[in-house]
Amino acid sequence: MAEIRNYTMNFGPQHPAAHGVLRLVMELDGEVIRRADPHIGLLHRATEKLAENKTYIQSVPYMDRLDYVSMMVNEHAYVMAIEKLLQIDVPIRAQYIRVMFDEITRILNHLLWLGAHALDVGAMTVFLYAFREREDLMDCYEAVSGARLHAAYYRPGGVYRDLPDSMPQYRSSAIRDEKTTATRNENRQGSLLDFIEDFTHRFPGYVDDYETLLTDNRIWKQRLVDIGVVSPDRAKALGFTGPMLRGSGVEWDLRKKQPYEVYDQVDFDIPVGVNGDCYDRYLVRIEEMRQSNRIIKQCIDWMRKNPGPVITSSFKVAPPPRLSMKQNMEEMIHHFKLFTEGMHVPRGEAYAAVEHPKGEFGIYIISDGANMPYRLKIRAPGFAHLAAMDEMARGHMIADLVAIIGTQDIVFGEIDR
Amino acid sequence: MADSRVDKLAANLQKILSDQQADISHALGELTILIHSRDFLSIAETLRNHTDLVFDTLVDLCGVDYSEYTTNTHAGYKRGDKRFAVVYHLLSVKHNHRLRLRVFVEDNEFPMLDSVIYIWPSANWYEREAFDLFGIVFNNHPDLRRILTDYGFIGNPFRKDFPLSGHMEMQYDPDQKRVIYQPITIEPREITPYIIREEQYGKEEI
Repeated sequence: MAEIRNYTMNFGPQHPAAHGVLRLVMELDGEVIRRADPHIGLLHRATEKLAENKTYIQSVPYMDRLDYVSMMVNEHAYVMAIEKLLQIDVPIRAQYIRVMFDEITRILNHLLWLGAHALDVGAMTVFLYAFREREDLMDCYEAVSGARLHAAYYRPGGVYRDLPDSMPQYRSSAIRDEKTTATRNENRQGSLLDFIEDFTHRFPGYVDDYETLLTDNRIWKQRLVDIGVVSPDRAKALGFTGPMLRGSGVEWDLRKKQPYEVYDQVDFDIPVGVNGDCYDRYLVRIEEMRQSNRIIKQCIDWMRKNPGPVITSSFKVAPPPRLSMKQNMEEMIHHFKLFTEGMHVPRGEAYAAVEHPKGEFGIYIISDGANMPYRLKIRAPGFAHLAAMDEMARGHMIADLVAIIGTQDIVFGEIDR
Repeated sequence: MADSRVDKLAANLQKILSDQQADISHALGELTILIHSRDFLSIAETLRNHTDLVFDTLVDLCGVDYSEYTTNTHAGYKRGDKRFAVVYHLLSVKHNHRLRLRVFVEDNEFPMLDSVIYIWPSANWYEREAFDLFGIVFNNHPDLRRILTDYGFIGNPFRKDFPLSGHMEMQYDPDQKRVIYQPITIEPREITPYIIREEQYGKEEI
């Protein structure tokens, strides 16, 4: 009888289902995975080392490029760590703006995850729908920061500027006449807040659409139910956070348990799974989008009523207003010092964590009193999740591996850093 | 409110770890304990298993190279001439507590520390990362390989004596029709201001 041996196969790094540059070395017994060894680091840019050689403000845009589908939440953890070390207060309106954009970012992230996950498993349509909504949300990013993805909008002490009174408009072109353009611009006539409010009215209907396509879909369930089951205790031991932990039935959300900014002022619920499989994690994330929508609505209501400053008035941390900078010597010096030498952060250490769409995203800064961090450590949620890939994939088929990569919501910017 | 919870945890820790050498400090609403690498594993097990603590998640593990740190004090503690430290961030999902654990590594030339992978399985990749970037060896780690750097990479890039631009660069050579490695050719640039500290820096000891 012929000898039967396991064989080793490479998956990626250029595989469309690998979500970037994941190289998996798999040991297969037939089509069953006996061992999966992820090789990461193909996108390693040494962000932490770069940050040690830049002033604090210069590193903000690097944070966008970590998890490049939830840009502003990364910045949030970074500026929170600096604010903790500086012990400064953020104006309340800036806190509301941050919470609102955190939730917009969460929807952005979950939409990309949903589209890509469904596409991996074989449903094309959801991807197209999800990107239609992402377009609207990226327009919000553009209106507020000028960039559609890498915003660099959160700054230590607040946010860069207040919400704008107008939205960018579509222009008519050779393929779109005036009338079509006018229809497309219909909900963009008011301020940014009006546009977001209009979106929050539309969005629950969109989520219903996705659910119609997927939730009770026979194929979708066959591919996800009972795949990659993780028990609650095991999930905690493996360092899972965010939807991965909640999918296993642990009620843990930093926004509720260790509230930061104004999350204790807004009303929302935490969805929790039961079985800890891919399908439960899918349901958790879908419900999170609905809850995010709720939070955004509450933030809009508050912000309409309460104007105010959006960045701290300490010129050692935040630049002075442009006009006074041009007129007064003192402000000009502050501006010059801040953007050349940077701010001095007192000696000490701080760890700040936010509830990132993927889990707990933390920044640990050790400062020795200089104008750049002595050591910056980025705690990326995806790193711990991918480390558990071997355990989750063992005994499953190759096709299930694709579902597991999808459910872990892998983005290599944050894992490789 | 948050502060009283941290104080309570500090008192608890003081009581439970009273027979061990552990310095507990409280700064910026965060609790740090500094322990000796000798007692490290037993304290880690206590933190994990004691019913009043239950630190069930290792959130983060971070290597630090203190060689260019300007004073020997950090958060009030003497590090002596020890160069490397490993910082653990622990989380108790059950009691909603956080704790930072700092261990200085004894040997500067061959830094070695016990692995905590049997206490917190999530340490697996974090320890590989610290090994890769700082060269800290973790005793009893089952699979200590490089993780983030290139295959065949030499050196520990996050040590303070490793240049930001690195030592080697990689490019495609059209003549040889393959990717080649060569010593770096770019000039080091001063793109950021020098490290500037406050005027009073280093004069007063915390």
